[in-house]
Amino acid sequence: MGFFGVYMLISLAAAGGGMYFILKKIFPDQSPMWTISQYFIYWVLIELFLRYFMQKLPVMDIKPFLTTPVKKSAIAHYILGRSGVSIYNLLSLFFFVPFAIVLLFQGYPVLNVILWVLAIFAIVLCVNYINLLINKNDKALIAIGSSIVLGYALNYFGVFDIKAFFAPIFHALYAYPIAVLVPVGLAVFIYYVNYKYLYTKIYLDATLKAKSVEANTSDMAWAKKFGEMGPFLQLDLKMIWRNKRTKSQVFISLLFVFYGLIFYTQDIYADMVPMKVFLGVFMTGIFLSNFGQFIPAWDSSYYSMMMSQNIPLRKYLESKASLISVSVVVMFLLTIPYIYFGWEALAINFACAMYNLGINIPVILFFGSFNKKRIELDQSPFGNMQGTSATQFLIMLPVLVAPIVLFSIFYYAISFEAAVIILTVLGVVGFAMKNYLLNLVTEQYRKKKYGMIAGFKEKAS
Amino acid sequence: MILTEKLTKTYGNQTVLNIEHLEIPKGESFGLVGNNGAGKTTFFSLLLDLIQPSSGHITSNEVQVNTSEAWKPFTSSFIDESFLIGYLTPEEYFYFIGDLRGANKADVDALLSEYEDFFHGEILGQKKYLRDLSKGNQKKAGIVASFIGNPEVIVLDEPFANLDPTTQIRLKSIIKDLAAKDNVTVLVSSHDLIHVTEVCERIVVLNKGEVVKDIQTSTETLKELESFFAG
Repeated sequence: MGFFGVYMLISLAAAGGGMYFILKKIFPDQSPMWTISQYFIYWVLIELFLRYFMQKLPVMDIKPFLTTPVKKSAIAHYILGRSGVSIYNLLSLFFFVPFAIVLLFQGYPVLNVILWVLAIFAIVLCVNYINLLINKNDKALIAIGSSIVLGYALNYFGVFDIKAFFAPIFHALYAYPIAVLVPVGLAVFIYYVNYKYLYTKIYLDATLKAKSVEANTSDMAWAKKFGEMGPFLQLDLKMIWRNKRTKSQVFISLLFVFYGLIFYTQDIYADMVPMKVFLGVFMTGIFLSNFGQFIPAWDSSYYSMMMSQNIPLRKYLESKASLISVSVVVMFLLTIPYIYFGWEALAINFACAMYNLGINIPVILFFGSFNKKRIELDQSPFGNMQGTSATQFLIMLPVLVAPIVLFSIFYYAISFEAAVIILTVLGVVGFAMKNYLLNLVTEQYRKKKYGMIAGFKEKAS
Repeated sequence: MILTEKLTKTYGNQTVLNIEHLEIPKGESFGLVGNNGAGKTTFFSLLLDLIQPSSGHITSNEVQVNTSEAWKPFTSSFIDESFLIGYLTPEEYFYFIGDLRGANKADVDALLSEYEDFFHGEILGQKKYLRDLSKGNQKKAGIVASFIGNPEVIVLDEPFANLDPTTQIRLKSIIKDLAAKDNVTVLVSSHDLIHVTEVCERIVVLNKGEVVKDIQTSTETLKELESFFAG
C-alpha cells in the first residue's frame, strides 16, 4: 500500500468529514442525512460494480490447509471471515465514520447515528458477500452496470424517480434504530448462503482452481507495418488486453473523459483557467500517467529475458512512446465535445495534448527507469497498489504541475492565447527533438539496467 | 569462444564467484555442475550481463559482454520461467522470439516441426497461455525458444529439472545433436550427474564459487564426479 494508500485513506476520511457541510451547502433546505439516503442506492450499486474488478476472491489462499487436520467448516468460515475484514470493506468506513462523527457534533441523536453506521457496515458486508456469490460472473456485472445507467437515465428524463423511491428506505435505517436488524439479518443470511455453497466446494479441482481462460492466438499482422517496432507494439497490445490490471487501466482512462464535466458544469470554476489546464493535461494524459508511470515495470516478470534477448532498447522504448502517443490523440479526440463549453476549452485541451505528446511522454519514460518494483500482471487489477511507491507520486509533479504553472504564468502575464501557444509550441519542440530525448532516456535505461533486473526479481514487496 | 578472465562476484563481503581463467572453445558442449549456491546461475547471469561483475570480465566471441551488446544476436538462453511471457500462447512467444532474432514465421514453423516429438503434443495448438501451462511444459517451450534464430551460444540453466523421463531422454539427444553440428556452443548446468556426463564433452565443477574440477568427459567421469560429491 504505502504512501499512495495512506493518501487515499486520508482523502476518504476528509471527504467523509466534509460531506455534511458540502451537502448542506448544495441542498440547504434538506437534511444531509436525507440527501445521502437519496444517493445510497447508487453507492451500493457502484460499489458492487467496482468490486467486481477490485476484489480478489480469497479462495486460493487455503490450499495449504486442505491436508492439515482442520475441519472443512472451519476453513469455510476462515475464507468468509477473511473476506469480511478485507480492506475494501474498511474503505467505506473511512468515509462514513467521519461523516457520522460530524453528525454527532451537529446534534443528531447518538443512538440513531451509531446504529446507522452499524447498518451501513452490514450493507457493506452484504455487498462483499454478494460479490463472492457473483464470483466474477460477467452477466451479473453487465446487469449491475446497466441498472446504474438505467436508474440514472430514468431519473434524468423524469420517468421514474429512483432517488425518491429509495430515499425513505435508506433513511429509515437512521430514523428507526430498530431497522438496523434488516441489513444485519440480510448480511447473516448471505453469509450463510455463501457458507453452504463454499462448504461443498473445498476441493482442489472445484472452486480452488484458478480458471484458465481459453487462449486465442492472434498474429496481428498489421503491426508488421511498424517495422522493427512492430513486435513490441504487438506485445504491448496483447499485454494490455490479456491482463486484468492493464485492461482496467484502459477502461478507467476512457471513463476519465467525463471527469471534466464535474468542473465545467459548475460556475465556481468558470474563471479558474488553471483548473481547466489541469483537466486538459489530466484528461488527455490519463493513460499516459496510468500506464506510462509503470513502464517498464509492466514487463517486470520477464525483464531478464528482455535484457538478454536480441532487443534494441531504443525500439522497445519507441514502441511504448508510440502507444502512449496514440492514447493521447484518442483522448484528445474524445474531449472535443467540451467545445460545448466554449472554444477555450478546446484550445486548452489541444495545447495540453500537444504538451503531453512532446514533453510528458519523454519525461514519464525517463522517470520509468527509476522503477524497481515488480508488478504481477495476473494479480487482482485495480485498487492494486503493487509497484506503487512515493516515486510514482513525485512523477506526477512535473507531469501535471509544470504545464499548469507555465500556463498560468503566461495567462496572467500576457493573455490566454499566448499561454495556449506556449504550451503547444513546447509540445511541438519536444516532438521535434523526440530522437534526441529518446536517446537520453535509452542511455538512462542502460545505466539502471542491473538495478531494475534485481528489483524486478524481488517478489511481493 | 567464451573467455573468462579474473571474474569475481561479491555481495557485501561474501564472494559467490571467483574464476581465475576459463576458456570454452567454439562448438564445445560444456557442462557446469555444483551444489546449490556453487555459483552456476551466477556465472550464467554474468555471461548474459544480467548482473555486473565485481571484477574481471567475460568475453564472448571477442565481445566483452558487460560493455557491448554485440553478443546478443548470437547468444540465446533459457534460465528460468522469467524468460517466458506468461500472457502469450507458446506459438505467439515463438514468433515473438523469431521476430527478435530475425527468423520469420516460416523459419520458426520449420524449426518447431523438428521438435514435435519433444513437445509431445502438449505445447502447440493448446489454446492456453504460457502462464497456464505446467512447469514442465513451460520449460519445454522455453528451451525450444532458445533454439530459434541459429544462435551460436546457447545457455540452459538446469534444463532437465521438472521434465518427465521421456522428455529428459529426448532433450539429451537434442543437446547432443546441437553440439555436434554447426559449431554451436552449448552451456548446460545441472544437478543430475548422469545427464551432464552423457551430454557434455567437458564438465566443470564449481564449489563455493570456484572451479574445483575441469574434466574432459570419459567413461570414468561419472565415477569421478560421484566420488567428489559423495565426499
